[in-house]
Amino acid sequence: MKLELKGITKKFGSFVANDHIDLVVEPGQVHSLLGENGAGKSTLMNVLYGLYEPTEGQILIDGKPVEFNGPGDAMAAGIGMVHQHFMLVPVFTVAENIALGNEATKAGGILNLDETRTKIRQISEQYGFQVDPDAVVEDLPVGVQQRAEIIKALVRDAEVLILDEPTAVLTPKETDELLAIIAQLKSDGKSIVFISHKLREVKAVSDLITVIRRGKVVGDADPNASTTDLASMMVGRSVSLSLNKAPAQPGEATFVIDGLTVTAPTGQRVVDNLSLQIAQGEILAIAGVQGNGQTELTEAILGLQEHVSGSIRLEGKELVGRGTKEIINSGVGFVPEDRSVEGLVGAFSVAENMILNRYDQAPFAKGLAMKPARVAENAAERIAEFDVRTQSATAAAGTLSGGNQQKVVMARELSRPLKLFIASQPTRGVDVGSIEFLHKRIVSERDRGTPVMIVSTELDEVLELADRIAVLYQGRLMGIVPGNTSRDRLGLMMAGMGADEAQGTDPARTDPESGDK
Amino acid sequence: MSEDEHKHARKKTDEHASEVRLEAMVDTEDGRIAPPPVPATAQSGDLHPEASSQTVVQRIMSGDALVAVLAVVLSLIAGGILIALTDEDVAQTATYFFARPQDMLLAAWSAASEAYLALFQGSVFDYEGETFTRMISPLMQTLTVATPLICAGLGVALAFRAGLFNIGAQGQIIIGATLAAWVGFSLHLPVGIHLLLVIVAGIIGGAIWGGLVGLLKAKTGAHEVILTIMLNYVAIYLVTYLLTTPAFQRPGSSNPISPQLDETAMYPPLFGDAFRLHWGFIVALLATVFVWWLLKRSIIGFELRAVGANPVAARTAGISVTKGYVVVMLIAGALAGLAGVAQVAGTEQVLSSGVAASFGFDAITVALLGRSTPWGTFFAGLLFGAFRAGGVTMQISTGTSIDIVLVVQSLIVLFIAAPPLVRALFHLPEPGKTKGPRRPKGTRSRKPATTGGSA
Repeated sequence: MKLELKGITKKFGSFVANDHIDLVVEPGQVHSLLGENGAGKSTLMNVLYGLYEPTEGQILIDGKPVEFNGPGDAMAAGIGMVHQHFMLVPVFTVAENIALGNEATKAGGILNLDETRTKIRQISEQYGFQVDPDAVVEDLPVGVQQRAEIIKALVRDAEVLILDEPTAVLTPKETDELLAIIAQLKSDGKSIVFISHKLREVKAVSDLITVIRRGKVVGDADPNASTTDLASMMVGRSVSLSLNKAPAQPGEATFVIDGLTVTAPTGQRVVDNLSLQIAQGEILAIAGVQGNGQTELTEAILGLQEHVSGSIRLEGKELVGRGTKEIINSGVGFVPEDRSVEGLVGAFSVAENMILNRYDQAPFAKGLAMKPARVAENAAERIAEFDVRTQSATAAAGTLSGGNQQKVVMARELSRPLKLFIASQPTRGVDVGSIEFLHKRIVSERDRGTPVMIVSTELDEVLELADRIAVLYQGRLMGIVPGNTSRDRLGLMMAGMGADEAQGTDPARTDPESGDK
Repeated sequence: MSEDEHKHARKKTDEHASEVRLEAMVDTEDGRIAPPPVPATAQSGDLHPEASSQTVVQRIMSGDALVAVLAVVLSLIAGGILIALTDEDVAQTATYFFARPQDMLLAAWSAASEAYLALFQGSVFDYEGETFTRMISPLMQTLTVATPLICAGLGVALAFRAGLFNIGAQGQIIIGATLAAWVGFSLHLPVGIHLLLVIVAGIIGGAIWGGLVGLLKAKTGAHEVILTIMLNYVAIYLVTYLLTTPAFQRPGSSNPISPQLDETAMYPPLFGDAFRLHWGFIVALLATVFVWWLLKRSIIGFELRAVGANPVAARTAGISVTKGYVVVMLIAGALAGLAGVAQVAGTEQVLSSGVAASFGFDAITVALLGRSTPWGTFFAGLLFGAFRAGGVTMQISTGTSIDIVLVVQSLIVLFIAAPPLVRALFHLPEPGKTKGPRRPKGTRSRKPATTGGSA
């Protein structure tokens, strides 16, 4: 099936989200759409999936114009979509989810899931998905949930599969598995539209790359093009992808964690007897697959966890047992992993968010009264300094794009004297241009002599920033290794192998499959 | 065509707001895009935090002023239709509707318009009054009735802003009024000090009743709706009981009513003895200014709003959510207590078990209509005061039941609680997903088939 988009324009009021976009997806091809957040990739795909009506333009399938009035039409025409946020009912089983909207029934309206189960097993076998049709979705890892979404599209005989930022929620290993699945689907004659802003993946998987910037097609690129060239096309200016940071000048180790254990309400030890030190002027990255205790570690430092034992000392002062406010006021800057939930109050203005943890201190408040002029002044300065793209300082923070929201949080945390800076997933969902900027700010905070802790599940970021890397696995420290440690060794440690053990492994065994324990 | 409709509708809304919404819509990254109605529509809570953290309270608060005004207009129209339907002339003319339909339509029009005119005459300005005093007397009556509504409404609105559904204004008014009345009739103090103590007692009474809710919620996690409803009952029966005890019951009376408050304990009349309007209205005005300052300019308000808008982010920023609950309920209760003071030290001058009337419940409507802003609540309080004051005149002069006013009030709540309904009726764009994204067919059919016809 050949899919063609001709001159698709989508306007929202005066805002042009898609401007005369032409796109041809050939059968058996992986066609990537590369662009920054807000470039119009998702809008285009929603037009294709029948969710938006194009203002102008045509969709052609095998040369014939079609019109979609909803996802149902698009699905019937052979287009399947896997959204970035999965559309699955968490309490349903895989089979129930896949049957949903397309249920086969027996006499009397009784659900007939057997047919669906058979189909799932068949597809699962054909592509090596390993999905149990009777597993409840909420119990499944994210990667498997995504496969269920893909099966959902395949069951409906999709010929063109749209994957919207499919790797955003995946671990490195799951990403590799997904890329393998895509290759298999392709060899089966399916077309894949792969939407991403991650250059490495796009290069690895694509047959053809179309770059979109500000709603327009900038041009097509070859997957063999260099990452720097792709990034420049995407951002519209030259981007330096490597940070070229100066070597660390570590000073005194002022931040010391000793025997820290965090217990979850279920009694499980989510951080298990962890000890580490961070020196002034040094970046320590905490690497690990999502959900191995990183969240609890940072929350314990900030006093947001309840069952904490052990010791956390900052410049000799014990932090365990203190309140969050006191810890923040003693000079701990914290960028939480989910900015829209933990980092920002979406309904508050940018200016208010810039002082979210300093609203009651001079110069922003005197006694009980706040000083709006000071708050506005501070906002104007920070917006300029961090290049936050917002209509005004009074705009609600929730209306900003992900990257700009992150800049607001960073600006707030980095605009006061710090004794420790912790950033969790500092660039998750942030576009390439902003990543470069945010990384530079983190390094300059280090160079100011602040101990910095970065928590990231992205190895690229860890390797980019870290002076030393601590790997967490199931709440335990697998070891602390130098910043230039190889990806393979880190991958093994992230899968639960000790630092020395991972060092001694035969390079032939370092593919992701054998790293899984 | 739908594009044109949206353009047309957009002009009605404030330019700035619509631009902000546009950005919100375009920003697909954080999942703000219209949820695509693919077969499995439920989204995992983990992956879609914004959607799940949006509470009912937040959604009600985010309704814009236009919706509030339209809700009032719609309710008045519906009320007018009801008035016409229950009118005798209309019933009579309806018997020969097919012969001379204009008779019935005329009768319906005159029934509704006369009733509303009487409502106006009884609440704002009596143009048939003989003296100036008579003419403005309805307005004074409106302001008098509005006083407790504004105070209690502010309490409910403030709690809304911190994300709490405070149904307990009724109980808080009663306890505030009880304490204030006791100070008023059992202590005999000089002018000035006495009234001041009465006010303080009312504030303390309300604050205790409200603060208790905050404390229980903070310590045990109990839900404030259940707590406040139950404490309303406790307050009502407590005051009923107290009024049978010697400490509260009027000597020589077998009725459950307290002695009259001392002259020194009462709000002086604001414009002389000709009107019932008392200084309690000025207190309500000051309370409005105070709440405005609290929310907009104080660190307490910053904390409360942060707790209400995003408790997780507030906690991460070092703001104590539990402390916020206690503080906001203390202040909310104190404001309702002021409403109790306005009743016993102003309008009623005695304590009875009906001292709070239904002010505590109307206060919820007032706060909703005022979109939980201080000045919005103030003006919504005035409107409801006018309904109450004018409803009496309407009943006397046109025979229209005062219950119609209650119907109109209830419809206002209904329309405000269902902003999508008002938006659908007037073809207003939805906030957050404005301008263009065509609603998929499945959801469109859920809208009422009528267009803005009733207007």
